[in-house]
Amino acid sequence: MPFKRFIEIGRVALINYGKEHGRLVVIVDVIDQNRALVDAPDMVRSQVNFKRLSLTDLKVDIKRVPKKKELIKAMEDADVKNKWEKSSWGRKLIVRKTRANLNDFDRFKLMLVKIKKAAVVRQELAKLKKTSA
Amino acid sequence: MAPKQRTARKVSRNPELIRGIGKYSRSKMYHKRGLWAIKAKNGGVLPRHDPKPKPQAPSQKPPKFYPADDVKKPLVNKHKPKPTKLRASITPGTVLILLAGRFKGKRVVFLKQLPSGLLLVTGPFKINGVPLRRVNQSYVIGTSTKVDVSGVNVDKFDDKYFAKEAEKKKKKEEGEFFESEKEEKKVLPQEKKDDQKTVDSALLKSIESVLDLKAYIGARFSLKQGMKPHELVF
Repeated sequence: MPFKRFIEIGRVALINYGKEHGRLVVIVDVIDQNRALVDAPDMVRSQVNFKRLSLTDLKVDIKRVPKKKELIKAMEDADVKNKWEKSSWGRKLIVRKTRANLNDFDRFKLMLVKIKKAAVVRQELAKLKKTSA
Repeated sequence: MAPKQRTARKVSRNPELIRGIGKYSRSKMYHKRGLWAIKAKNGGVLPRHDPKPKPQAPSQKPPKFYPADDVKKPLVNKHKPKPTKLRASITPGTVLILLAGRFKGKRVVFLKQLPSGLLLVTGPFKINGVPLRRVNQSYVIGTSTKVDVSGVNVDKFDDKYFAKEAEKKKKKEEGEFFESEKEEKKVLPQEKKDDQKTVDSALLKSIESVLDLKAYIGARFSLKQGMKPHELVF
């Protein structure tokens, strides 16, 4: 039951509320009991309440409040982007985003593919049922 | 130098320093406008044109009847209505979803906007049974799917093409109410059927070139479980 993900300098977090919803950021300093100073390569360094952050497993090796260039280099060394996109959490977010941006035509094509897949699965199931019966 | 090259001068020669105050004084402006030259050409005075003879208006007889109270005349309105502004998402070739009427839910190809503001639309008829038809922009969802309509000529279609034929007034007699049935069925003139075919043949080629597009246009749109219209991207 112990905590595994801590608020620490270098912790990668996801902003889960507000204007920056969905952004991956790095905690760069702790301001006080409730707030952290947070930074990302394409964002102005700003403060964020802990309640708006969801901590991830990823960590970056930085000193307290690094310069932007150092932050970018450290993020590339830790390979944050690829690790995030490969993680199951990151993949789920990507899937959710693509589903939300589907065109009406895309949804139709998806439906056709789903029907095909279900037909194949059902065929195999019928075969298995036959052999086991 | 024979033709006088004069650009239509609309801007004043007196630049504005602040609203109401020009840069040059009256005397300077007199010189700038060249009124001295005009006067010199005309012998010291500004040229005077005699008024053109006005055509004599036909003499009207005094009216027979004056209303007891003063009748107010309505203000003159020279407003000419423009066709409705077309949404930016609707361009020729866009697939539209019809929301009301006989063909509700059908996906349909947009051809052009008619001068009345209504949208000219076709199924194509072979694919989903929607003929060349007019549709109001408000009852339509514009999707982001586009079909190539460069091979289609829609110049001949306008609002008059779709006007209802004026029915001849028939005198009904009591006896005929119960005896005669309406024998005349409205048959589509062959010309309109041919128009449909020519428009559709060009469209069908471009539709069949895209995978699944024909099945897409043949299917009706409906909201399924979990679909939230305000979150859907069309």
